[in-house]
Amino acid sequence: MTMIKRGFAALAAGALSTALAMPAFAEPVKFDFWFGLSGDLARVVDTMCKNFNASQSDYEVVCTSQGNYDATLQNTIAAFRAGKQPTVVQVYDVGTATMMLSGAYKPADKLMEENGYKIDYADYFPGIARYYATSKGEMLSFPFNSSTALMYWNKDAFAKIGKTEAPKTWEDVGADLQAMKDAGYECPMAINISANESWQLMEQFSAIHNQPVATKNNGYDGLDARLEVNKTKFVQYVTDLKKWYDSGLIKIKSKDLGQDMVQAFASGTCQVILTSVGDHGTVGRTQKEGMNWDVAELPVYAGTERKNSLVGGASLWVLSGKSDAEYKGAAAFLNFIHDPKTALFWSTNTGYIPVTKSGFDYMKGQGFYDKAPYKGRETAIASLTASEPTEVTRGVRLGNFTQIRAEFGTQMQAIFANKVSVQEGLDTLVKNGDAILDRFQQTYPGKTLP
Amino acid sequence: MEKRVTFSSWTIGILFAVPQLLLIFTFFYWPAGQAVYWSLTLQQPWGGGNIWVGLDNFRSILANADYWNSITASLVFAGISTGLAMFIALVLAALTDRQLAGSRLYRVVLIWPYGIAAPALALAFRFILAPEAGFLSVVNRMWPGIWDPGLDGADAMASIIVAFSWKYVGYNFIFFLAAFQAIPRSLIEAAAMDGSGVIRRFWDIQFPLITPTIFFLLVINITESFQDSFGIVDIMTSGGPANATNLMVYKIYSDGFKGLDYSGAAAQSIILMLLIILLTIFQFRFIERRVHYG
Repeated sequence: MTMIKRGFAALAAGALSTALAMPAFAEPVKFDFWFGLSGDLARVVDTMCKNFNASQSDYEVVCTSQGNYDATLQNTIAAFRAGKQPTVVQVYDVGTATMMLSGAYKPADKLMEENGYKIDYADYFPGIARYYATSKGEMLSFPFNSSTALMYWNKDAFAKIGKTEAPKTWEDVGADLQAMKDAGYECPMAINISANESWQLMEQFSAIHNQPVATKNNGYDGLDARLEVNKTKFVQYVTDLKKWYDSGLIKIKSKDLGQDMVQAFASGTCQVILTSVGDHGTVGRTQKEGMNWDVAELPVYAGTERKNSLVGGASLWVLSGKSDAEYKGAAAFLNFIHDPKTALFWSTNTGYIPVTKSGFDYMKGQGFYDKAPYKGRETAIASLTASEPTEVTRGVRLGNFTQIRAEFGTQMQAIFANKVSVQEGLDTLVKNGDAILDRFQQTYPGKTLP
Repeated sequence: MEKRVTFSSWTIGILFAVPQLLLIFTFFYWPAGQAVYWSLTLQQPWGGGNIWVGLDNFRSILANADYWNSITASLVFAGISTGLAMFIALVLAALTDRQLAGSRLYRVVLIWPYGIAAPALALAFRFILAPEAGFLSVVNRMWPGIWDPGLDGADAMASIIVAFSWKYVGYNFIFFLAAFQAIPRSLIEAAAMDGSGVIRRFWDIQFPLITPTIFFLLVINITESFQDSFGIVDIMTSGGPANATNLMVYKIYSDGFKGLDYSGAAAQSIILMLLIILLTIFQFRFIERRVHYG
């Protein structure tokens, strides 16, 4: 019924020219935006929504946090099946393949075009844009909160071993960690090995080294892609990490154990971590008094030509089945977020990076990266733009990727607990991961990724 | 002539039962039926295409080593935590049933744990059992790495068993205490006058008389350990490390909700349901024979 009503409303709205738009006394068109951030970040999103609502009087976005990324996708699917979906929804990077086959969205670039907004897609950093674009380059969703992985290093600890720069190769990392251990540091480097760390350990590592995670160009070329991480440089990496763990150079830090790796770094307990630039603000706010630290690009193995790292975070999808008026609002909202001024607000308050060159330039022009708490964040842009994206550094587009990441966590734990060898663990990861991919392919028979 | 509306007892019965039946149908049989249907199809998460695959979902689950691992973990968890929770509760109830100074206070204290919600309880235990900051960090300082639920599967299993048992000790205690109090004092006093000791009185008089309660609690505890363990696992271990605590009920959740594999999760929930039914039948057939209903 509401659909019919909405249909009429849309017809009526359509009858008016865009110039006339709505009469001044009209109620603003309300539409829903669901997102997965919580806590501090959710408050920033709320402020951004208020700013949008205050910036014009035609639309009113109602922003609701669903708690986390998983829950946002689950709730959106449930709502969609019941015909009560939000207009705009934030979906995390690994949900991209699932979204693309859902048939439940309105392509973001079409939406903008239909509503008269001209977006310069070449302005997006290519590493970010291609993660969310079709193989033909159409932007199905708009990047929202973007990040990439960096190495955080404690300058004081490195000074103790006579180093003033972050190690650039993994070989150097190994030597430096050993030197720090010899200098009496109990935890030279902290890692965690749950599903979440698949991002920096497996996906980012593979991209920077131009190694595939899966066949078919990481899944971009077909649903029949299969994992390959048991025979790429990744095997060497896991072998080294395990070796360093065994000799006490690396400690596992997680919330379950009482302290996660970001806390371990900020408190000065551990000297090196690999995590998202999104944590830059947290480390700055919670660091031990007087501690000197900085961020650097993730190291590579000696002799590797560095490629761009992958984008992480989430993008905004516009769902199908909404009225034209709501779509107009959604388009205005996306355009607002795309604005460099919003990028500055967003990055200042979160730690996420601007997604467009113009946003980045605007922020640079405002002196953002020269100020103390934000200094170093430009490293993330350097890492993302280290090269033109290759076939395997565009991103990872695999179905049910959440389950594959869970399998990554499981096998890493088995490897680190000495239950299996590195090769056995990665072979099992590939075998079980392939079964997950098989299942995804069976669920969507005859379909291909756009 | 006065006309009297008459109902056969059969219709009246049905009429009274209808509201109840409707509720049960809506909230139990209908979703259960839906689960059966989903388990025989491949559901696309966003709706739209559903493919009939017959028993394929069951075949692929039963061929999956992780699933068997999850069944084993569930059985180990159910066995140990039920045993612990019942034994401790039984001992405590037997003790507080006696005329001890302050036994009223003990009763209240022992009943409380059951009132605590699983997530709050699990959070508390997560802090208590954290290897570096918690209660056991002392042990770790003496023997580094001896307590490591983050990597050691057995330690992780032990943590969730402790948390779950702790909660059900309170629940079981209430029933055991009631059972003990229902035993006529005269029986025990007579035995005491005949010169039998505390232990003898317990085994020969009290224990046989509370077997119905023991049996009831056994059925409930086992069923709950399969179903109510979810919150504790989710907060304390998330099924890890390396699937060591990936109990059946948690695997259903993570495959279905996080992994969006609705059909696989539906098939698993059917298997879990069958397993619980089987276990219950087994208990009624083989254990109930030993129960003495006084």
